Amino acid sequence: MATAVKQEEPNSPHPDGAENVVVRFAGDSGDGMQLTGGQFTLSTALAGNDLATFPDFPAEIRAPQGTLFGVSAFQINFGSRAIETAGDQPDVLIAMNPAALKTNVQAVRAGGLVIADEGEFGKRNLDKAHYETNPLEDGSLAKWQLLKLNISQLTLDAVKPFGLGNKEALRCKNMWTLGLALWMFERDREPIIQWLKSKFAKLPDIAEANIAALNAGHAYGETAEISGDGLGGGHITPHKVDRAPADAGTYRTVTGAESLSLGLVAGAQLAGLPMFFGGYPITPASAILHHLSRLKEFGVTTFQAEDEIAAICAAIGASYAGLLGITSSSGPGIALKGEAMGLAIMTELPLVIVNSQRGGPSTGLPTKTEQSDLYQAVYGRNGDAPMPVIAARSPEDAFYCAIEAVRIAVQYMTPVMLLTDGYIANAAEPWKIPDVDTLERFPVSFMTEKPDDGPLLPYSRDENLKRPWIKPGTQGLMHRIGGIEKGVDTGHIEYGPANHQTMTEIRRDKILGVADSIGDQDLAYGKAGAKLAVVGWGSTYGPIHQAVARAGAAGEDVAHVHIRNIWPLPKNLGELLKSFDRIIVPEMNTGQLKTILRDQYLVDAKPVNKVSGQPFTIAEIAAVIEENLS
Amino acid sequence: MNEMTKITTTLKDWETDQEVRWCPGCGDYAILKAVQRTMPDLGADPSNTVFISGIGCSSRFPYYMETYGFHTIHGRAPAVATGVKLANPELDVWIITGDGDALSIGGNHTMHLLRRNLDCQLMLFNNEIYGLTKGQYSPTSRQGTNSPSTPYGSVDRPASPCAFALGAGARFVARGIDIHKGLPDVLKAAHAHKGTSFIEIFQNCIVYNKDVFEEFAAKKTAADTQLHLVNGEPMLFSKGEKGITLNRKTLQLEVVDVVDGDWAAADVIVHDVTNRSVAHMLIEMQFGEFPMALGVLYDDPRPTFEAAVVAQNAAAAAGKKPDLQALLNKGQTWTVTEDGPEL
Repeated sequence: MATAVKQEEPNSPHPDGAENVVVRFAGDSGDGMQLTGGQFTLSTALAGNDLATFPDFPAEIRAPQGTLFGVSAFQINFGSRAIETAGDQPDVLIAMNPAALKTNVQAVRAGGLVIADEGEFGKRNLDKAHYETNPLEDGSLAKWQLLKLNISQLTLDAVKPFGLGNKEALRCKNMWTLGLALWMFERDREPIIQWLKSKFAKLPDIAEANIAALNAGHAYGETAEISGDGLGGGHITPHKVDRAPADAGTYRTVTGAESLSLGLVAGAQLAGLPMFFGGYPITPASAILHHLSRLKEFGVTTFQAEDEIAAICAAIGASYAGLLGITSSSGPGIALKGEAMGLAIMTELPLVIVNSQRGGPSTGLPTKTEQSDLYQAVYGRNGDAPMPVIAARSPEDAFYCAIEAVRIAVQYMTPVMLLTDGYIANAAEPWKIPDVDTLERFPVSFMTEKPDDGPLLPYSRDENLKRPWIKPGTQGLMHRIGGIEKGVDTGHIEYGPANHQTMTEIRRDKILGVADSIGDQDLAYGKAGAKLAVVGWGSTYGPIHQAVARAGAAGEDVAHVHIRNIWPLPKNLGELLKSFDRIIVPEMNTGQLKTILRDQYLVDAKPVNKVSGQPFTIAEIAAVIEENLS
Repeated sequence: MNEMTKITTTLKDWETDQEVRWCPGCGDYAILKAVQRTMPDLGADPSNTVFISGIGCSSRFPYYMETYGFHTIHGRAPAVATGVKLANPELDVWIITGDGDALSIGGNHTMHLLRRNLDCQLMLFNNEIYGLTKGQYSPTSRQGTNSPSTPYGSVDRPASPCAFALGAGARFVARGIDIHKGLPDVLKAAHAHKGTSFIEIFQNCIVYNKDVFEEFAAKKTAADTQLHLVNGEPMLFSKGEKGITLNRKTLQLEVVDVVDGDWAAADVIVHDVTNRSVAHMLIEMQFGEFPMALGVLYDDPRPTFEAAVVAQNAAAAAGKKPDLQALLNKGQTWTVTEDGPEL
């Protein structure tokens, strides 16, 4: 979901009227495809289109050039209506070498346009991509419209006046390609030129060479004989996609990692607390550490710890001392933090734990997306260790989910897990920047004095079952906390059987009570009592919503429920789920939310699973909806 | 330690109402008393003091100190302490740990705490055994230690806590004995040092490793088996009849006889706590051939971690307003009006 204010009728899968267009840039890791995609995204936003993106890059930093596993791709879906996914099938693929062609061309819709840099299709690169014959010559691409351009040579010609070495000159290929793409969609080059000037402010020659390449790519489109009768027809004509309707306001593009970081800063400000962020490098979570480490003026202390365990333990220590402690990781790191989460639960200290999920188990697929840490989030600790879990559904939503996680953490003195994933973390979408004055404040207060009528009780409770937050350094309120079971009220070591029963129940009830503060589950589409409900969570929001809306527009009785508060679940959810004839639960795992829903409500939730490291397509969800309605 | 206002307290002010649950005769009692006795001398403020521990017998310590206390999880006290101190550098932070806690499961955190030089006191109660889990050999147990997990004797070589500390970059390394009357002086020196003060305390586990340090801890033979280091004083023991000197050919320490108290003639080394090379040698002295070096082995402060973090945060924030709206609006934005988007 991005700039569009209202949901118009859903996209047709092959939009030759170009209500939306899906473009994928693919090249070698060193070809700058992510950069190209990022700038194309900005120009798309400025053209007024709604959009969603999907960067897909290899785990290797510099994979050997030209190899299949070194391909880096960036897909963008943009259109004149609400765009909620990065698109099922590209209409246009720009392949910078044989490996990029090979790994991406099968995704392109039949009849789509494939632009290939034929300058890179020499024997050496063909061998590396395991092509026996040149696909540009052997007719194997007949299913698509093929446009062969020697982008390498055209770039070299364009940047010749700047006297760069061959290698440096070729690095401008991506700007040439972007120039061509800008021409194809009638975009303004000026913002990109300004960006290049500021990016290479200290290297004016490089800036000018890149601008020349950009202009040359654009000019090539204008002058060369590549025009024809439209995207669907054969060649290229420049094609302007209309603006999507959007709320008035100020926008920027954000990735999930950015918006989540901003949300954490906002949450800390709304709570009136300085923030302590303990992190350890891990893909795809590191971006949050990077963002926050530049925001010292917001009272942010970042600490790159020696390991994942130290990262969370330091955050717990900071929370103990009165700061908002936050830690962040991905599945393997979250696993390491498990024992410390239990400590935060036992000592009842506020803490936000961000999990940017990736493919697992173990090292799994570090750069690919998955939703397979739900069990880990809800259940993955020793003992009865209840903890609120919130899942963001999009980059925009991540901002608000981060604020919500902070609110729950401080209002209930509990660790909270905030789930995002590799897709949300890296995907960019336009974001209507909120007016900070409209964000609700939730200032925290610390206990600073002993109660008048009795002794200090560090584990006494308020109406939310929250215990007081007492900072060390406060005069006269010395007390001891720890991971050993504590006596009711006093917090002293207490092993008694009745006490453990009582404390376990208090910890459970406190977290279940969070449901009082989260509101009812709403419907993202359709009505209660529908014949079929598609229930999702996290980054599957886009494809589910599009597929459900498509079915709904076709007259089907189908609803979409998207759960943000995974634990505790909204209080009305059971009743809502029981109102539907059938429930399907698409997830990028083997059925984890499905298990929770079955367990909590005894409903016949049917799993729909995909664990390929790639997000669901709309078509995949649509097919399952159809199957379940027949 | 911090430049804090000195507070007047007595030993009683540092005792909690909690029943102490160590085994009768455990060396931990003596250490607890030594600490409770030292705190008033330091002028320390219980409200501003935090004891942070890991897991193990030693780590129950915070429950018995009338201060702020955090009994954390196994091996992680240094990490928790780092967060506490970065959050509030004014707090006086003490870490209580053991040989298994600090050098085995928490070895990584101990190393990085020392490397970073967080201002705190780390007291490592070394009893060369896992007591709370009923007697398995530990990373400091001597080779051949018989234990429930090593019924045929342990085969791995022990870690040397002080050598580990110095190797990790410690700027203060000291050794003490649980029941030794000199322990409070070591604690005072540790507290006076700004930065991580690493204190290894030989602690007698009465149940699982009784008297393992007896050969140098026993009072009767102490004069001949203990070398008490005092800054600026010659390294003498055996009532001044013996001393430590450096063999300039082998570059090794040696024991020399001191005739008629003339230690200078015997070339006995004068202890300089800032001499890192000599500190290494003192730590490496093998007991038997040499006495056990006790007291402050090394003390040479340098800037602390939290001071550097605070300074950098302040410098990075200087002149910048924490304007959340401006932060959200940062970067390439565009405005949507009825006429469409514009930069």
